[in-house]
Amino acid sequence: MPYDPSLVAPMRQEMVEMGATELTSAEEVEQFLGSNQGTALVFVNSVCGCAAGTARPGLKMALGNDQKPDRVGTVFAGQHTDATARAREAFSQFPPSSPSAVLFKDGEPVFYLPRHMIEGRDAPSVAFELVTAFDEFCK
Amino acid sequence: MGTFHSDKGELHGITVVVQTTGARVYVGRCDTQTPDGIVLLDADHHDEGEAGKTNEQYLSFAAKYGVFKKHDHLVVPAAEITNVQRLGELA
Repeated sequence: MPYDPSLVAPMRQEMVEMGATELTSAEEVEQFLGSNQGTALVFVNSVCGCAAGTARPGLKMALGNDQKPDRVGTVFAGQHTDATARAREAFSQFPPSSPSAVLFKDGEPVFYLPRHMIEGRDAPSVAFELVTAFDEFCK
Repeated sequence: MGTFHSDKGELHGITVVVQTTGARVYVGRCDTQTPDGIVLLDADHHDEGEAGKTNEQYLSFAAKYGVFKKHDHLVVPAAEITNVQRLGELA
């Protein structure tokens, strides 16, 4: 059963304010990932503050980097279940977790930041992981 | 925004590796750890040599990418546990 929308609203808003495109349906995910040109980041958002509470600020910091993805989209695990499932099909070689982030380059996933690499870390540490990938793949 | 359930111990919400007295190793998100054992969510297990992989090889993949869960919920009895470690420490 999806979360109460009022519960997740602030976490969704946090993503929108940093410039991410909300993907709330499978069709929106397909449209977002449809272009195989350039770089795109998909952030799998989640409720539990154990990791998502630093993942979102970490991503916001990383998006201040000179090199960054051409497009940033976000699905919300446990809320937009169809969209999340469709997004995960696009990187099914990676075990699903949330929060997590996947960087695509020319339609292929090239970097995965799974939940366990976020847990227990502060936002700058999460940002460092993302910026390292951005610098490598988003030139 | 912090966790909604911070009264479950320091490993609550953390993905951990549970080594056991036997050939099996578990990886899952810790829910609670008590004197009776550890409760894991979205957990996987691997037996030494399973699918042609040693536990070390299995954990090497897990440390990079995580695990495909076999169990929504499981309990590893304390008597079987030899070590509990954050998966992130292996990466």
